[in-house]
Parts: sequence; C-alpha cells; structure tokens
Amino acid sequence: MEDRLIYFDNNDTTPLLDPVVTAMLPFFTKAFGNPASLHQLGLEAEEAVNEARATISGLIGAKPEELIFTGSATEANNLAILGAAANASSKRRHLITSKIEHNAVINPIKRLEKDGFRVTWLDVDPEGFVNSEDLKKAITPETFLVSIVHGNHEIGTVQDIKALGMICREAGVLFHTDAAQSFSKVPLNVTNDLVDLASFNAHKLHGPKGIGALYVRGGVHLKKIMEGAPQEFNMRPGTENVPGIIGFAAAAKLAFETLSRDSAHMSAVRDHLIEQLLQIPHTRLNGPRGNRRLPTNADITFKYIEGEAILMHLSMRGVAVSSGSACSSKNLTPSNVLTSIGLKHEDAHGSIRFSFSKLNTIEETDIAAKKVIEVVELLRSMTAFVPEKHSETEGSGEVFYKKKKEEL
Amino acid sequence: MALKYTPEVIEHFTHPQNVGELEHPDATATEGSPACGDMVTFTIKVNPDTHILEDIKFRSYGCASNIATASMATVLSKGKTIEEVKAFHPKVVAERLGGLPAIKMHCSVLAVNGLKAAIKQWEIAHGLATEEEIQLNEQTIRRLLKGVINPETGRSIVSMGMVNYIKIEGGKVYVEVSLQGTDPMYAANIREEVTEKLESMKCIQEMIVRILERDKFEMGADNGEKTASDKSKAMTEGGEA
Repeated sequence: MEDRLIYFDNNDTTPLLDPVVTAMLPFFTKAFGNPASLHQLGLEAEEAVNEARATISGLIGAKPEELIFTGSATEANNLAILGAAANASSKRRHLITSKIEHNAVINPIKRLEKDGFRVTWLDVDPEGFVNSEDLKKAITPETFLVSIVHGNHEIGTVQDIKALGMICREAGVLFHTDAAQSFSKVPLNVTNDLVDLASFNAHKLHGPKGIGALYVRGGVHLKKIMEGAPQEFNMRPGTENVPGIIGFAAAAKLAFETLSRDSAHMSAVRDHLIEQLLQIPHTRLNGPRGNRRLPTNADITFKYIEGEAILMHLSMRGVAVSSGSACSSKNLTPSNVLTSIGLKHEDAHGSIRFSFSKLNTIEETDIAAKKVIEVVELLRSMTAFVPEKHSETEGSGEVFYKKKKEEL
Repeated sequence: MALKYTPEVIEHFTHPQNVGELEHPDATATEGSPACGDMVTFTIKVNPDTHILEDIKFRSYGCASNIATASMATVLSKGKTIEEVKAFHPKVVAERLGGLPAIKMHCSVLAVNGLKAAIKQWEIAHGLATEEEIQLNEQTIRRLLKGVINPETGRSIVSMGMVNYIKIEGGKVYVEVSLQGTDPMYAANIREEVTEKLESMKCIQEMIVRILERDKFEMGADNGEKTASDKSKAMTEGGEA
C-alpha cells in the first residue's frame, strides 16, 4: 500500500476505467469507419456516434441534436463564447462572466474584449459564489451572453445554476456554463436548469482525453468558429473522433449508473481529508463545505510555506496533488480564483488542491494526511516566513477557519 | 505545469545544506517577500582579519528551486572571502545546479542578492561600507527595481525598459511603469512588487506608483493610479487590489 501512488489530482484528469477502454477498442481497428462515408463501415460508425450522442444528451436532459462533439471542453467553451459573439447583433456587444472562471473561458472572453466587446467580470463572495443580484444588475439591453462556471476547478464551489439561468432567461440573454468539473458529480439538467449552452468533457470522468461536447439548446444560434466539412450539424468540422465519442458515452453511462453512491463516497473521502488537514495549525479551507462543494475537491492553504515545495515533497512521497501557487504556474502569479475569494498572495502561494475520484479510499486519505503533516512540518521548520513579522493574521487550523466564517 | 528539475536541484531541495540560522550571526539579510512567494534569509559569520565567510545558514520560504539555489549559494560561499563572494554571478549558482528552468532563473538572483546583502550588512557594521551609498536618486531606484520580475517573461522590468519615468521630490517618489504589451492582469502584481521594493528604502516617505496599460482590461485589479501617503497602507492596498 505504501508504495502505490495516491492520486489526488482528479480535477486535473482521471484514469480510464477498463469497461471504457473495452468499449473503445473495436473502433480503432475493426469498426474504424468514417461516419461521413456512405458504405457499410461508415454507416456503422455513424450509428455508433448517434447512439453515443443519444446516451450523453439523455443524461443531461437534452435532445440528441442539441449536442455537438468537440475536441475538449476548452473547444466547447470557445465555440459557445466566440460563436455567440459572432452571431450577436451589432447592438449587443456586452457579456458577463465571473472572476473565477477557467482560462478556457477567461481567454476567449479577453480576446473579445480586445476586439471591442464590453465585459463585466463579476466578483464572487469569500466562498466563491456569484451573487444573483449582482448578475441581475449587470445585465443591460446590450448584453448577449452570460458565462458562469458550474463547479469551480480550484475551490470546488458549485453555483446555483438554476437561479442564474432564470435571471438570464427572463432577461432574454444567452446563458452558458462550463460544466467540465461538475458533469456526473452534481446534478445538471439543462432543460430544468434553464441553460442555453453547456460545456463538457470525458477525461474528468474516467473517459478519454481529446473529446468534449457543447450543449446548444434548440433554437439558439451560434456561428461556427472553424471552417470545413459539415460535420456535427455543420457546427464543428473535422472527422469525428469516433473512439473518443464512444469512450465518452461509456464513461458517462458508467458514472451516472452509480452517481449518487459515488458522490456520497467522494464527499466522505473529501471531508475526512479536510478534517485531518485542518488539524494542522495555520491552515484554512478555501471554498464552501457540504453539498455546495464539488465532492471531488478539497483546497487547503498551509500558511508560511510555499505550494510548489509542498507539491514536490508530496510527489516524492507518492502523493500527486496540484497547487495554486505562483511557482507552480508558468507566469509566477498566483491563481486568479484564490485571489478573487480574498486570499492574500502569500496564502494563495501556500495552497494545495487535493481532488478525488470514486477510486480513492478513506485509507488513502489517512496515509496522505500523515505525509502532508510530515512535509508541512519539514518546510515550516526551515521557512524564512516569520509570522510576527510578515503577517497579521494568527490562529490555528479550525479556529482560523471559524474566524474567517464569522467575518462573512 | 510540470517542471523538469535536474538531479542536482532535486538533491539540494531534498537535502538542503546549511539550513537554519546562526545563533550569534555577524550579519543577517532577507531578500524577497511572502507576497511574491519567494523569500530567503541568510545569517553569516565573517572573520574580521581574513574576511573569510566562516559560517553561513539560510532559511527559505519558496519553491523547490528557491530552496536549492539558497542551499547551493551557501555551499559555494562558505570558506571564501567576502571579496570573492561579492564577485559571484547568479548564473554560477544555476550552473552548479546543472541549470534551472528559465522561469526559475530569478531564484538564483534572489539567493545571490540575499547573500550579498548580508555581506553588505557586515561591511556596514565594520565601517567598510556606509548606508549613505543608498541615496535617493533615480539610479538607486532603478537598481532597486531591477529586482522586480515581469511575471510573463521572467525578466526584470528594468531590463525590459518598462520603467518609464521616475521623479523624486524630497522624500516623495513617483514611478511610472508601462506594461508594454504585458498582459494587464499582471498589473496588480507588478505594482505590488514595485511598492514593496520602494517600501524597503527608509528614506522614502511617500510614493505614487502608476501602471500604464495599453489595453484597458485588468482582471481582479483596479486600474491605474494608486496613491498613499501612509507607506504601510500603500503596501497592503497594493497586494489586495
């Protein structure tokens, strides 16, 4: 057990499950046809793709023809945002998003901003929630799109999508949500939740990389962002990634079969680790607790030490995690999500994300927690960060967390 | 992002040399700040007759390469004369570690600067250097701001020519930094580091740091000017913008 890798980076990606691989395999060698071909092999491939489309759309409360397969959730976000902008009338040049989006939403929107669109970046509260009154106030007659992430990739905040969707529907504004982290973890029904556009992918739910999807509600018009042949209802050119699509559907089907049981299990794993780690002095949990948090995510700040050093030491001890520290990023700035919920830069630098799948166990959290304690003690024993000199906030684990809660 | 470290970096990260602090140091210096996620403190003992750096220890708040470069800096300098150490180039530390990823080169600068700052403190205490050298003029401020790294390129804002304009009036300093195509989302970060550097100069009573953007977009930060007559106020506001 000690020697086996403890993989707590499932918000990054997940391993494929055997039944998913088994479902995909024939489509690499035997049923390798191009769905566009008119002969038998092509027809078989087309049928398999249609079946997969029906499976996934059924799981989110959509019709098959409302689901467009893409190469990733990133591509789905780009198609939703850039496609809606290209289709918007010249009078509607305003869009709204939040400050805690993933780069796959931030960057297409920043491109639009450079091209002359006006953007409102909504603040979030200390737990990462968008205030629906803020959204209501931000909508103007020029607004054509609102894009708010469903489950946040760093701090696990799950937005009240229906409340936000309702505001947009009433105002006649398109509503897009990036559901890459939340899909198959927390319920989402695009019809009931009043969503117009939603992005998904397969590799966060034990499916393959390189396949995603965009839900486009019937009657919503986007302009495609790539030119080519008329695949995917003439919205996304390029020969379909048939094995990927089959793997996506297989993974989604498996995930939904045991969704409530798996969610409860992952929540228990998550909460068990959170409780153990908050016993360490000078720590805080970033993001909400309970069912308003992704069952897959725990994000903890270890004060006075730096995230990359924690991550590297844990990696050497067989625990895989990720960090919101500047030093683990390409550009030396701390995560926009952590600073947006009010963390000081030094606290963002000391944050570690532990993220789970249904394959993780309580036993693993016990082993990992011991290793985290060891690493935190080691790094704190040599830190140059003198709390009395460099920081005003004091307190220990749980106490510190409660103090923050009271401030809310 | 996965960073590929050399075995030497990993060795000094997992088994850092000369960790801790000397009990009765002859001099101490800290370089960097918690807000930047990078900070190192050196304590040193220097033989006043031979000028040999007889003992040195460090404490580090930072990433793996911060720890490794500080460890290597102590190994390279221990037993050398302060004159030899003052001639160290940060590249030597990086080379002895088998190289550093480009984005981590600033760690070696931080370690060597910290080491030299400790020696400077010792020299001042022994009448070999004076604090007066640090006069409030454009040159000293430029030298100070060399330590501010553009997060997008990993290079100093001074060498990138981003420091547009410096004006000094008594104890008041006005600094204008132009983003020059750098993503404006880093504006708050750059302003914070500039403010912190200026903060370290005791002779500055008031400062205005202005970040000029080409594009108006600035996420998670307000734009443009930040004034503060109270220095500590300027520091915290810079960070939370």
